[in-house]
Amino acid sequence: MSTTHPATSAPAAPRALNLSRTTATAARVLRQLRHDPRTIALMLLVPCLMLLLLRYVFDGSARVFDNIGASLLGIFPLITMFLVTSIATLRERTSGTLERLLAMPLGKGDLIAGYALAFGTLAVIQSALATGLALWFLGLDVIGSPWLLLLVALLDALLGTALGLFVSAFAASEFQAVQFMPAVIFPQLLLCGLFTPRENMHPVLETISDALPMSYAVDGMNEVMRHTDMTTAFVRDTAIVAGCAVLVLALGAATLKRRTV
Amino acid sequence: MMNYSFRPPEEPAVRAQGLTVVRGPRTVLRGLDFTVPRGQVTGLLGPSGCGKSTLMRAVVGTQAKVSGTLDVLGSPAGHPTLRTRIGYVTQAPSIYDDLSVRQNLDYFAAIADPGRAAAGRRHKNVTRAIADVDLTTHTDVLAGSLSGGQRSRVSLAVALLGTPELLVLDEPTVGLDPVLRRDLWQLFHTIAAERGATLLISSHVMDEAERCHRLLLMRAGEILADDTPDALRTRTGSETVEDAFLHLVDEATAAGGTKESTR
Repeated sequence: MSTTHPATSAPAAPRALNLSRTTATAARVLRQLRHDPRTIALMLLVPCLMLLLLRYVFDGSARVFDNIGASLLGIFPLITMFLVTSIATLRERTSGTLERLLAMPLGKGDLIAGYALAFGTLAVIQSALATGLALWFLGLDVIGSPWLLLLVALLDALLGTALGLFVSAFAASEFQAVQFMPAVIFPQLLLCGLFTPRENMHPVLETISDALPMSYAVDGMNEVMRHTDMTTAFVRDTAIVAGCAVLVLALGAATLKRRTV
Repeated sequence: MMNYSFRPPEEPAVRAQGLTVVRGPRTVLRGLDFTVPRGQVTGLLGPSGCGKSTLMRAVVGTQAKVSGTLDVLGSPAGHPTLRTRIGYVTQAPSIYDDLSVRQNLDYFAAIADPGRAAAGRRHKNVTRAIADVDLTTHTDVLAGSLSGGQRSRVSLAVALLGTPELLVLDEPTVGLDPVLRRDLWQLFHTIAAERGATLLISSHVMDEAERCHRLLLMRAGEILADDTPDALRTRTGSETVEDAFLHLVDEATAAGGTKESTR
């Protein structure tokens, strides 16, 4: 009777996703956003304004706008979703609601899928607006199908959600969470081929850029720009982005601990 | 030093043996032995920082680095099957400030009792929980614009959803006015009597101790007494539980000598 053994229970077998808990979580996240119309407006309109700005910055050189514009269509959803998710999950951690949810019968997968579903929905709307504006009003020259642009944008948004979720585990405050944006996103932005083709970089940097997921997001967008149908390079790029998103989501799930110190 | 004069009833709601919790370099709970009987209101009392919240988190299964034996409702603490059977309210209200009272409860109800088939039952539970904590007039107000006391009542209402067999409430009456405090204590007793639930309620206000069936008096990570309020007063020859507590602290200090300085 007096022998000491850990009171910690054995972990439960991994549960399959519960659809109604996932959709309830997604609906809750969207409902929270609905009480915050300014955030929604910023998320949806800022990318459009940036594209508009860019179009007239490169007024004399339509080719440059084509290159950068297509890349940005992939980068915007990534950055927006990264920011929104990292702050949202940080708030979930600091307000105690995460602890409460994990003391309830909610699977970690339900929570993460719920967030991904909610922010993915917003990302689709954001990308549809930005893509529509770029293609039909700003004269962005895309040879491939706009649907493929949307697909890449959605995958980028999921990658942003995944990175944000993961990074929020290492932020103790919202100040820190926001600072992770330059730390995690800026290096990728510089190395993804937006400013100069990746093959022109110093070989060391080119190797690093080969290992960063945003590079493939931009490559994928550029494939759609230049080819009428799905190329193998496009399939490879999107598969890499999707794979990274899943991997980082799994890492993010590992940071959600039921028992904390 | 510890008192075992009571006879533990059959299968208590919580049974701890040698319960120890370490947080960083500090041992917060030191080999506690206690039981929480079923169907009663047990008060967990002691000064701030004595380990009450840590003990509650261990019972609920959210505390890491727990050793010893800790059985809750017949299973080891933190067992997945317990998640639907325990209601837990943290000290700080854990609700979404950017949702209304009803939206908060709707969401947590959907997690506890998912599926479209349960929608009717959920609606009933949510409405009852809001009425339980006397917030029916504030159903559609954003939680963020409520007062501190109202927000902690929303948090309490979440724990009342469904019919938890064990309610663990961390200082649920802090910052509430006397009328509301009395009403909530009445509610706690109703829940114990009518729904047969076990309640473990922490407080550092000693006058609330008089309202409990049983008391666990804590100090510096140890349990000073585990008894009924009446028995405590009789044993120590004190008028109030507060006096009894002070008496026990003096006794422990005299017996243990350097207990406090070993922290």
